[in-house]
Amino acid sequence: MKKLYGVPGGEVLELDYPAVADYLVQFLRRELAWRGFEKGLVAVSGGVDSATTLALAARALGPENVRALALPHAESSPESLADARLAAEAFGVPFEVIDITEMVEGYARLRPDMTPHRKGNVKARARMIVLFDLSVAYHALPLGTGNKTERLFGYFTWHGDDAPPINPLGDLYKTQVWGLAGELGVPEKIVQKPPTADLIPGQTDEEDLGLSYARADVILEHYLKGYPDRYVEGLGFSPAEIRRVKELVNKTHYKRHLPTVAVLSSTAINEFYLRPLDFRIELE
Amino acid sequence: MVRHAIVQLAPEKGQIRRNLARLEAALAELAEDRPQVVVLPEAFPTGYFLQGGVRELALTAGELEEALTALYRRVWEGPLDLVIGFYEKDEREGAYYNAAAYFELGGRGLVHLHRKVFLPTYGVFDEERYLSRGGTVAAFDTRFGRAAILICEDFWHSITSTIAALDGAEVIYVPSASPARGFFGPRPANVERWRELAKSVAAEHGLYVVLASLVGSEAGKGMSGGSLVASPEGRLLAEAPVFEEAALVLDLDLDRLPPVRYDNPMLADLKSGLPLLLNDLKRVVEAL
Repeated sequence: MKKLYGVPGGEVLELDYPAVADYLVQFLRRELAWRGFEKGLVAVSGGVDSATTLALAARALGPENVRALALPHAESSPESLADARLAAEAFGVPFEVIDITEMVEGYARLRPDMTPHRKGNVKARARMIVLFDLSVAYHALPLGTGNKTERLFGYFTWHGDDAPPINPLGDLYKTQVWGLAGELGVPEKIVQKPPTADLIPGQTDEEDLGLSYARADVILEHYLKGYPDRYVEGLGFSPAEIRRVKELVNKTHYKRHLPTVAVLSSTAINEFYLRPLDFRIELE
Repeated sequence: MVRHAIVQLAPEKGQIRRNLARLEAALAELAEDRPQVVVLPEAFPTGYFLQGGVRELALTAGELEEALTALYRRVWEGPLDLVIGFYEKDEREGAYYNAAAYFELGGRGLVHLHRKVFLPTYGVFDEERYLSRGGTVAAFDTRFGRAAILICEDFWHSITSTIAALDGAEVIYVPSASPARGFFGPRPANVERWRELAKSVAAEHGLYVVLASLVGSEAGKGMSGGSLVASPEGRLLAEAPVFEEAALVLDLDLDRLPPVRYDNPMLADLKSGLPLLLNDLKRVVEAL
């Protein structure tokens, strides 16, 4: 008798990256088109998220229709700038450097109580200001680069790096961005290096978060789908890791929404009056 | 033979006149192929995700018929049957439906109106917040044979196609709008699911399944396309690409139904066996 053994099903994080790449290329083209844009603008940090976004944009719009902006501060790692340049060169995208030191320090000098953490946020928001200003100058739409893991953890500066109007990577976990980066030919040096926000000298994401992306992403996927903790523990994760993931997600829900408005009427925007963001009626 | 054209187009959100103009251009392009029935996806005149905007953009079946008749006359000679999904308003009731109509343009006009029964209201979907449910599934007679319409999730419940088949449908038209999700293979998981469903329903009842699936990007939701036609044996006769505008043109041979059904008499067996199970069906439904 032939005996065959089946495998129990489970959640899958591995994606078909060629299909994902094709889909995101179409996403970029269509979301730019109805907004009336042909060009895209990407703030490149030297990390894998912005390099992957740049690769997608170059494929979707043509490299000549994309601009890579490096926005270093004097405290930023020189390696970040070098890797940002490497990414732009890899995809043939025009590269521009605008140093934000003066913008940030001009304000920081007014506040002797400035902390490294606060200054990190000021840097992210200064970058947002430059990105949106140059969007007008170049008539190019800013493309967001935040991945799903950092969005779920609230590991970004509110109204800073989350500000661009469209984001191709926002529903991909960090580990999935790595997979997509490989598919798109992002330079190995960028894919392999430890992820860092580079807002505070020496920081790395995984130290800040207290667990690795590879482990966090599996916990997140199960938590979002409603699996109980004991199930996730059965997959080999500790109660402390699971607790950390839930803590980060649950203290940052506000960062994934527009600011809270006091509701007084039955036409309160986004509470009662609900329209998708691409909604337009034809006017006579 | 009944020549069909299944047309998956990307509407611009809320731009009814422009979308109907796009349909007019598509018909002009199809005129040389002389289709007798043109099938369009769910919510084609407006796009699918409207939230509360349904109230601003819904049409009565009469308004839609008037607009379609005018545009068809500009580009078509002779009669044309057209299946189209749209948001429907019932002005007397003050109610809104996710509906699909079968029009015989240049003939009887509105032949049948189906109002979606199963309104997805989970995950990315929120239909029942804005829409009322239809309450019937029925086959109807066309110039060519007998047909039924099911809209999107209607078709994901095998009971609806069973009712349509028992009511004599030879073709089930399925206008749909299916946001892509699950990128585990070359085609999204929802597209794979549609393909399997269409094949199995077609084979179970020995009829044609004609799926017209919307394309376009709706605020990040990529409508997947992949329109298709499944034969009464459960084979795919034609399949459109995912995500891009396309038309499938093919002849449906209704004369093949009797021999195929004779070979695989599932529908006849169902007619014999179902009455035996009716008490159980009643029992489980009443216990809900």
